[in-house]
Amino acid sequence: MNFNFDFVNRRKWWYALSLLVIIPGLIAMALHRPVLNFGIDFTGGNIIQVQFHQPVTSGQVRDVLDGLNLGKSSIQESGSNQFLIRTTELNEEQTNQVISTLQSKLGQLDLKRNEKVGGTIGRELTIRGVEAMVIAWILMIIYITIRFEFLSGLAAILALVHDVLVTIGFFALFRWEVDSTFIAAILTIIGYSINDTIVIFDRIRENLRLRKKETIEEVVNRSINQTLTRSINTVLMVIFALLALILLGGETTRTFALAMLIGTISGCYSSIFTASPLWIDFRHLSRERHRQAAVAKADTKAKTRKATSH
Amino acid sequence: MAGGKGAGGFLKLAVVFLAILAIGIGVFKPLINAQRLGLDLKGGVHVLIQAQSTPDHAVTPDDMAALERVMRDRVDQLGIAEPVIQREGSDRLIIELAGVSNPEEAIKMIGKTAQLEFKTSDGQVVVSGKDLKDAKAIIDQQTREPQITLQFNAEGTKKFADVTKKLASSYPYGDPKRAIGIYLDQQLLTNPQVKEAIPNGQAIISGGFANFEEAANLAALLRGGALPVPVQIIERRTVGPTLGADSLAKSKTAIIVGLIAITLFMLLIYRLPGVVADFSLIVYGLIVMAVLWGLKATLTLPGIAGLLLSVGMAVDANIIIYEHIKEELRNGKTLRAAIDAGFKRAFTTIFDSNATTVLAAIVLYFLGSGTVRGFAITLSLGIAASMFTAITLTRFLLHLVVGVPAFHNLWLFGVKEEQIPAAARGEI
Repeated sequence: MNFNFDFVNRRKWWYALSLLVIIPGLIAMALHRPVLNFGIDFTGGNIIQVQFHQPVTSGQVRDVLDGLNLGKSSIQESGSNQFLIRTTELNEEQTNQVISTLQSKLGQLDLKRNEKVGGTIGRELTIRGVEAMVIAWILMIIYITIRFEFLSGLAAILALVHDVLVTIGFFALFRWEVDSTFIAAILTIIGYSINDTIVIFDRIRENLRLRKKETIEEVVNRSINQTLTRSINTVLMVIFALLALILLGGETTRTFALAMLIGTISGCYSSIFTASPLWIDFRHLSRERHRQAAVAKADTKAKTRKATSH
Repeated sequence: MAGGKGAGGFLKLAVVFLAILAIGIGVFKPLINAQRLGLDLKGGVHVLIQAQSTPDHAVTPDDMAALERVMRDRVDQLGIAEPVIQREGSDRLIIELAGVSNPEEAIKMIGKTAQLEFKTSDGQVVVSGKDLKDAKAIIDQQTREPQITLQFNAEGTKKFADVTKKLASSYPYGDPKRAIGIYLDQQLLTNPQVKEAIPNGQAIISGGFANFEEAANLAALLRGGALPVPVQIIERRTVGPTLGADSLAKSKTAIIVGLIAITLFMLLIYRLPGVVADFSLIVYGLIVMAVLWGLKATLTLPGIAGLLLSVGMAVDANIIIYEHIKEELRNGKTLRAAIDAGFKRAFTTIFDSNATTVLAAIVLYFLGSGTVRGFAITLSLGIAASMFTAITLTRFLLHLVVGVPAFHNLWLFGVKEEQIPAAARGEI
């Protein structure tokens, strides 16, 4: 298929659309404490998943837990007569107490999951995740600067910051729980987004070499149109895989797949509507600065010439 | 002659495709079954324990080595196949036991501190568990009571000799100060009087045992190793085998459905090259699974997600190549020329885009932990394998396809006749 859409001349609209998606998420983050609905991987705490052999309601489970005075805990039904109990950090005796009390008051149960994560681990995880992200960005800018140019690197990184903000924003807005796989998802989104952007930049690089007469906007438009089929087909492919994972996979991968789905769609959008237009704007800005610098230089030269001629 | 060549080409093509199919069908299942599965898929126990520094003793690498030995002994006593015990940082130990039928029991055994200490009446620790060489439960012939006999190592023997000699010479028999308290996990077991100096490193713990079995269990624990330093469980995850099996079954379905969707999509959109891409993907899958198996990597759910994603990248490589080929065809190039030019132009794109993703994966590997690392490994491995198959195998297969005249119809390559410049039509 041959497309001929105008992508770059309406770029103000695309930027506005991005902000329209990102800002509600940022507001949600500003209003909520904690900023995101962090799971026990980050906050520290215990998760106990039990399956009762007989009908039990979440109210009954709640009553038993309230009797134990464990502090804040949440109960979620995760199947028929199956419950996911999240508590603050408990020691081994307290955990055993919870299980034995549930068993003595509500009857026979199978312990499906019994997890404890220390608060320090969660902090380390977060810090390491952020560190990893920043280091990855720096390495990417360096790589793109070597293979393309610095402004391309900058535009590509901003596009992926966009994708990270969109993804985190959705999780902030809907208070979806964030677990340790979320970090992996964000880092993959970064990988995907940059991958997608580079395919377009690569085409721009190729087209710039071939045609000298067209304006930069025309070259970018043509490049995006030429790679559009690929962009759509590839994003559809990834969406198929992720939808399968969300609909059919277990709950352990759901957060991951959901984050990936949002990030992938955003990544595809940002490669076309954020990275390439930004690159054009950056180029214009830097040309403008160079031009002004040249004018200023010419001015001072003229002045000094004047001064010497007097 | 052309017909003969065509038949030969078709035969070659059929043989290669059938071979790939046969290998795929024959090898995939055993390869998949041979993969080591992580706790989230198989069920099991993950414990992170931290050695605690006390005011008068900071945890040393020697302590950690001793702790690791002790834990290995304990896990061996549980009779678990292929336990993972590895150090993390300077004072942590990760223990993973996959496929344990009774995870809670295993945690209890691992978490037992069993800190054995001999203290004088002023509370000073004179000999500790790390000085211990052996512990045995016996029945005392005279009293018929269960006892534990202890044998210290060279250093412990000397310490024990010194302190008993000192106590025996300093205080009269019967003075409470002439006793040595034996503490297990800070609890006093027995507080016997020192009869005389004991130079041979032998000690007996008697009294306080209800029956022989209790003494035997304690002896096993001490023999398996009293811990050199106090430890704390800071993270634990136990996944019941049913939950693990459930998520395994679910992710299997998800993967199969995802792969079928991708295969059909490639077939519908790219037709003949789509079929080639599907065969390339089979080989890609085989390479990745074989390398994972060779590395003895443990497959976790995020790892599988990484694999699934790298399948996306593998397909992307093919898509980039095919879009270039189509473009070259529309520019009027012959099939062979279009394929070669398409690959050439696609290579830099695929290389640059994958290189940046690999950069992210490398950072993930070095800074991430556990499952995130697994994800990074499968992702980079997948990318490397996808680049290899897309550039070598897909090209090879496409050349074989072009060797069959019946397959020269451009519709099979997703290009309409009228899109091709008139001058170039008909010359393939």
